[in-house]
Parts: sequence; C-alpha cells; structure tokens
Amino acid sequence: MRVQITIKDHLREGKLFTNRVVIFAVICILSSLVLVSRAAYLQIMNHDHFTTLSQDNRLNIAPIEPVRGLIYDRNGVVLAQNVPIYNLKITPEQVGNLKATLTALGNLVEITDADLERFNKLRRSNRPFKSIPLRFRLTDREVANFAVNRHRFPGVDIEPELTRHYPLGELMAHAVGYVGRIDEAEFQKVDQVNYDGTSHIGKTGVEKYYEDILHGQVGHQEVEINAAGRILRVVNKYPPTPGQNLHLNLDVRVQRAASEMYKENNGALVAMDPYSGAVLAMVSMPSFDPNLFVNGIDSKTYKEMTASPDQPLYNRALHGQYPPGSTIKPFLGLASLELTYPGKGANVFCPGYFMLPGDSHRYRDWKKEGHGIVDLDKAIVESCDVFFYELAANMGIDRISAFLKQFGFGARTGIDVPTEFTGLLPSREWKQRERNAGWFLGETVNIGIGQGYLLVTPLQMAVAAATMGNRGLRITPRMVNSIQDPLSHETQTLEPTKAGQVEITDPASWEKIVTAMTRVVHFYRGTAKGISNGLQYHIAGKTGTAQVFGLKQDETYKEKDVDKKLRDHALFIAFAPAGEPRIAVAAIVENGGHGGSVAAPVVRKAMDTYLLGEEPLATTLLQEP
Amino acid sequence: MDLSALLPTGNRQTSDNLLDRWHIDGPLLAGLVVLSAASLMILYSSGGQDMSLIYRQALRFVMAFAIMIAIAQIQPHHLERWSPWLYGVGVVLLTMVLLAGEIGKGAQRWLDLGLFRFQPSELMKIAMPMMIAWFFAEQSLPPRTSRIAIAAALIMVPVLLIVKQPDLGTAILVAAAGFFVLLFAGLYWRWLLLMFVAACAAMPFLWNHLHDYQKKRVLTFFDPENDPLGAGYHIIQSEIAIGSGGVYGKGWLNGTQSQLDFLPERSTDFIFSAFAEEFGFIGVCLLVSIYLFVVLRGMYIAAMAQDTFTRLLAGALTMTFFIYVFVNIGMVTGLVPVVGVPLPMISFGGTSVVTLMAGFGILMSIHSHRKLLPT
Repeated sequence: MRVQITIKDHLREGKLFTNRVVIFAVICILSSLVLVSRAAYLQIMNHDHFTTLSQDNRLNIAPIEPVRGLIYDRNGVVLAQNVPIYNLKITPEQVGNLKATLTALGNLVEITDADLERFNKLRRSNRPFKSIPLRFRLTDREVANFAVNRHRFPGVDIEPELTRHYPLGELMAHAVGYVGRIDEAEFQKVDQVNYDGTSHIGKTGVEKYYEDILHGQVGHQEVEINAAGRILRVVNKYPPTPGQNLHLNLDVRVQRAASEMYKENNGALVAMDPYSGAVLAMVSMPSFDPNLFVNGIDSKTYKEMTASPDQPLYNRALHGQYPPGSTIKPFLGLASLELTYPGKGANVFCPGYFMLPGDSHRYRDWKKEGHGIVDLDKAIVESCDVFFYELAANMGIDRISAFLKQFGFGARTGIDVPTEFTGLLPSREWKQRERNAGWFLGETVNIGIGQGYLLVTPLQMAVAAATMGNRGLRITPRMVNSIQDPLSHETQTLEPTKAGQVEITDPASWEKIVTAMTRVVHFYRGTAKGISNGLQYHIAGKTGTAQVFGLKQDETYKEKDVDKKLRDHALFIAFAPAGEPRIAVAAIVENGGHGGSVAAPVVRKAMDTYLLGEEPLATTLLQEP
Repeated sequence: MDLSALLPTGNRQTSDNLLDRWHIDGPLLAGLVVLSAASLMILYSSGGQDMSLIYRQALRFVMAFAIMIAIAQIQPHHLERWSPWLYGVGVVLLTMVLLAGEIGKGAQRWLDLGLFRFQPSELMKIAMPMMIAWFFAEQSLPPRTSRIAIAAALIMVPVLLIVKQPDLGTAILVAAAGFFVLLFAGLYWRWLLLMFVAACAAMPFLWNHLHDYQKKRVLTFFDPENDPLGAGYHIIQSEIAIGSGGVYGKGWLNGTQSQLDFLPERSTDFIFSAFAEEFGFIGVCLLVSIYLFVVLRGMYIAAMAQDTFTRLLAGALTMTFFIYVFVNIGMVTGLVPVVGVPLPMISFGGTSVVTLMAGFGILMSIHSHRKLLPT
C-alpha cells in the first residue's frame, strides 16, 4: 500500500467511484436491452422476411436439360448421337491463387491460349460463385491426371456432360446439319423456360428444322445448394422428357458411294424416291467436320474454311444455283408436245449454229459440224442445241415460264431443311420488275439450252427429274421418314405430300420424252452412253453442260486451255428404272466439263448402290472415321 | 497428510473452501465455464462437426483457465508495481512490430518470437488499463486537468501504434480500455461531451485517413444492399441467419445459413449469427443474460475493491469486456459497422481468449485479496 493513500480523501473518492460503477452498470443493462431488442426486431418482427431469404439462399430450382433426340439413317445407322464428355470447370471465388492454379493445371491438362482467352472472357461476365468452363473434352488421360491431383485444386472440378457427336463426320454434315452453343439471339426466339438448361441448339440442316422435336421438354429439380453453388441434395425432381428420335430417309450407302465418286471435285448430288419424296442422298462437296462446331470452332480453322475457294461450309445441294444447261431440254421437249405454238412439230435442220431472223449473231451448237435433220427424239438423245434454240424462240418466254413452273422451277421445293434457295425461273414480268427492262427474244433462245437467266438448285433438278419419272406427280422432298418416341417407341411415319401435278393432255407425251431420255443412256449415240455398260435396269437421263465462261463469237472452247475454275459445270439428271422409277437423281460436278462423262457416272454409282444394294451396309459401317 | 498445506493460502478469514484457497471467484468462474461450454457446443455445429476444432478450442480454454487461476494468485499490489513496466514493454513491442513485424493478413500485427507468434496489441489490452489506473492511483480523484492530459497522451501512444498496423478494431478497444479508467476515475461528464463534439468535428479529417477497406466497411454498414455480393455480403447473410432463426431457432446443427456456408466467418467473428440461427431469440436472450451476469459481477468486484488502482482496473476491464460483447453482437446484427472483433469467450481463436481470461484473473485477484476492513 502506498503512503499517499492516507492523505487522499477516501470518502469522496469512494462515493464518486460507486456512483460511476452504478452508472456503468445501468449503461450495460440498457445496452444489453438494445441488443436484445435488435435481436427481437430481426428474429420476431422480420422472421418471415428472413426465412424467405434463407430459403431462397438454400433452395435452387435447377433445370435439367432433356436428352436430345437421336438421328438415324434409313438403315438404322446413327448419324447424330449424344456422347459423354468431361469438361474442366473453375469457380474462381474458391481458388486461392488463380494464376498459380492455372499454371499448375497446365501441367496436367493441355490448356491453349484460346482456352484461356475464352475463360477470361466468360469470367468477366459470370456471376460470382458460378463455375466457368476452362477446357472441353478432356481426354481419358487428362481426366485421370486431374483426378489424382484433385486435392491440390480447390474450386476446380471435372463435370461430365452429354454432347452432340456426329460419328460419320464430313459425310453427313450438309444433310444432317449440326448443333452449336445457343447464342443470345437464338435464346430470345425460343421458349426460354424450356431452354433454361439447354446449352446447344440446332444451327443448320435437319438439326435446325426439327429443333422442336429433337429438343424435348425441360425437367427441373429443387436442390439444396451451399454458398459456393454446389448442389448438396436433391429435394424434388421432375424429370425431363427426352427429345424424339428422327429416322431419316437418307441411305448412308448411297451417300457414301456418291460422295466418293466426287474425289477432288466440288459439286452436289440429290437422290430421292420419286413416289414418296424420300431424300436418299444429299451430297455437297467438299464437306466439313460438323463436330468442330458443336462446342465452338476455333477462329483460325473457321477463317480457313470461309476463306477457302472451295467453300466447304456452303451447302451446294440447297444453296448452289446453277444454269441447268441441257438438262432442261426434256422439259422443254414435253412442253413442245403439250403446248400449241407457231411451228409446232416441225423437224429442224442443224448446221451447227442458229440465227434469229434479221440478226447476225450465231447461237452455236456444241457440235460444230451440226446434227443434220433433227426431230425431238434425236434432239434429246444427242442434245442438239439448234433444235431447242428454235423451239424456245417459237414457244416464247411466256409459255416456257408457265410450263416449267409446274415442275417446281423458280420456287422452293418445301424440303424439311431450312434455307433452301429458289433458283430463278425468268419471265417477262420478272425482268421488268427486277431489271426494269423489256424481254429480248435472244434471251429466250438461250433458255432453250438452259443458259441465260435460268438458275436451278440441284435439289430442284432432282425434284424435276422425279416429277418426270412420276409422269407429272410432284412430291415434296422429305428428309425425315418417321419420328419415334424414345420412351414408348411409338413411331409416327410422315406421309408423302403432293406438291403439284403437271397437266399433260396426252399421256403418250410422257412416254415419248421418257423414251428419248432412256435412249440418252442406252442408245449408242446417246450423250450418256458411257454409263450403260453392264446396266441391269433402264435409266432415263439427260446430260447437261453449264457454261461458266462466256465465249466470244469467234472463239472455240478448248477444255485444256481453260483454267479449271472457268471450265463448264457437268450435270446429269436421271431416274431409274425408267418405267416405274424408284430413284431420281440430279448431280452437278463443278468445272467437271461434260455431263455425260463426268456427272453421269456419279449418278449411276448412286443408283447401282440403291437399286442393287451393291454396297453391303456392313462395309459402309466399317469405314466409319 | 494435510493436503491443504500444499495449497496456496487464500482468504482464510471468510471461509476455508477450495475456491477461496485458490483465490477464485465462484460466480465469475461459473459464468465463464458456461460461456466456454456454449462456445464448444456452437463451434461443433458451425465448424462442420469437426472434432479437431473442438479439441483445439478446448485446449485453449484449459490453458486460458490455467493462466486465469495463475494470475488470480498474484497480489494486486504486485500488479500495480508491474504496470508501468508492462506498458513500457508493450509500447516497445508495438514499435518492433511496426519495424520488423511479419506481414499477416495484409496488416502487421504479429511478432514472431521463434516458438510462437505473439500479438503485442493483445498485451496492450491489459497493460493499458493497468497503466492508466496506476497513473491515477497516486493522487486523489477526480483527477486534475493536467493529469488527464498526460493520461490521454499515455493512451494515444500505443493506440496510434496499433492504428498504424493497421488494426482499427483493436486500436479502438485498447483506447476504450484506457478511456474507461478515465471515466471511472471521475472524468467530468461535460468533458466527455466536449470530447464527443470534438470527435464529430474531426470526423471528416479521420475519414480521409482511413484505409479503403475501412471506408468500404463503414459505407457498407450504412447501405449493405449497395454491394450485396461484395462487402455487404457478410452483413446481409448474417442478418438472414439471425432473422430466420425466429423465436425458437432452427435447432442445433440445423442452421442452413451456417451449415451451407452462406454465413462467412461463422466460427470466428460471425459465430453469434450461427448461434442465433440455431437457438433463436430465446438462445440470444440467454446468452446476453450470461454476459450481463459476468459483467455485473465484474462491476460488483470493482465496487467492492478497496483501493484506487484495483477499483479503476476492475471497472475498466469489466467495461472493456462488455464493449467486446456489444461491438460484436452489434456488428453481426447490423447495429454497428463491421470491425474485426470476435465474440469474447465464444469465437474460435487463441490470443483473445487468453487475454480475456488474464483480465478475469486480475479481477479474481482483486476480489480475493481484499483485506477485511475493521468496522
């Protein structure tokens, strides 16, 4: 004890201190009451509000993406399927040192600059505590590498996912199309509830046209999540309805046989069943690997594809618009039998060229020395240009336009694939409207041999050939044969739909033209006689050569002198058997030269494959890439 | 053999029971034991039922109780004598922290002593009230103006050193510990008012000297919804946890906010929210009552203390303890801005428990070493 204490005023100090202690004790009690009142305010008065917030925190409605329907060819070969892949995902908020983690991950799995770029882009736009994909499609080895090192990487996870896969790759790319990651614009157009959990959508082809059927109905589950968004427990589950399976009319054997015939050439082929409209093959060469597009193609490869002069992404069967060349002649020949016009039925002398009265311009025949006296049959079999120059000039553009329209030229065929082009069937009105100019007779003359303004797509040519084979009945081409429910296996087969009927008063007219077309292949002077060797059935066909390069009046066309890109396109349309056709085909080989020698063999190969079953399914399947 | 001979000599004049012999205050001990038991129970739930966490905390409690009992054996006049030395050592250590402190959590708070790391600011929480009490004990109370000025300077030196670390929360608590001595010593209320006005006037100046994260905390306090996923996240989730607890709570181990990780720092600074979620308003009332019981017992000890030093020290230590409780609960319920103050005796963590129990050791020492005055 200090000495000073004795001189202090103990009494006063004691009183003062007791006074202060009491004051502070009261302050403590009041403060405690403040705390308790605050607790009461939160826990009693606002209990409901906070309970709701707590439930919102805890429970999450997670959509379950439905499994997309599968796509098969007519033999049951899978064209589009769903395969599990493993994606590497990162939740940045749970990663201590992101940079170090990415470096360490780089030693286990391959991470390209493109991956990092996409990751950083997604990171900026993502909500906190959401996982962001870093790598898609880990290899088995990478999955294993990561799995044993997982403990070193909090916040990094491998997530399995079903992704679209096209086992036949390039072969079916144009016909089946592909799916890709759904973008904002597409998301705005679809039912957003149904697509809540969906990452992919059909971008082209059948995948796009039948999107609604393939997609299915979204399911959902109420899940309990933690603050990291990790699903801990499923509280309630409403399973999704899987998408319907599509069975296409396509035959992979025909598709492959025809594709292989193109070798290095570009071009397109469409084969269909004239009676049902079933599209048996849809080839567009060159093709591309649709699997590249499913999870986003890298910009370098994409640029290479779009910059390539061969345009592999371009579906020539639907979007390629070519002059039909001589393949238009059987249709004009039929018109000459049906219609009434000045000079009908007369034979024509072909000196190798045609001149309009009062005009010095020579419309040349492909055969310089001429065909001599030519009737309709010979004009088709030998493809005499002069005969059809005169025929066209006599019939006039109005009659030609109206008649050809019945075969579907200049209009969409209505196939179940989006974005087909219309081609162009010119008319006086069209030219006035689009070019603001009158029609010239010379333009009609050119139409006689399928040149000039007339443009067709390979699909339209196939439909026209099928209509000819059907003797006038035009059927809408169909990719899909039937739709099958994957759960009940109930199958709904699509009925053929009639697109139109070509009105011909005398049925014998059909046979005259079909006979001439048969002689194109089977007669020794026919332009496609080269494919008749060993044929076990009758083909009715017509060759065509479409000019790419305009010749001056005094020039002659020499194939070997002309740059490959400027060479003529080779065309061939046909149906077989000629009497009761089961297959109609149109083929174009770009810059291939003459139709009879280049395009016709492709068509015969397709027909042999389909009609004779020359390619057993097994070998086709063995050739899977 | 008489074992009592081995035991320390307690206050034999009142009774001869075990507690008295060990200079332990029964009611205070009871309150603290209840709090530590509650701590272990809440930690078991908030820590994801991790037993190793419980063992570690239990070990800390054992050590802390041992330290408390050890300090309770020391005569208060020894403590008084050591006060300036302890304060001096504290200031030196704080300076060393600033000069050579190891970087930890973005702030320099730790001193690596080889075997263990030590936070000198924790020492200051005890040394500060001791020093100021020692300083005032020499003369009659209430103190003269000049002595108040000196006391203020004594408070400010370590406080500024701690602010520099920067550790605003601890600095405020250390300042409060010293300041409470001033208040118990009889600082005029009008002075207090004057200081309050001065503090308000200095606000804008102080604001400019706050670190960005500190400014953010204050701004977040006024409007947590402003940044719900950033700085406001803590307080929003904490209020959801407390509010959703309701009157009866969701039950032990059933708090979704804490069990599912929505509540941040749920075993340390925000453990009260985890507790309130699972035990509800009833639990909150009980817990606050226990704290109040401990505090009032401390006040009683202060009132019963016999000399100036022990009175001031007991009062200041008790109030400091209450300030911890108030600031932490106020913080997690959204009454005061988020400052990193743990809930005393309940939060998971080492140094703070030891410091607190050392303080209670002093209280027990003060109470049990009283001399019965002749009536």
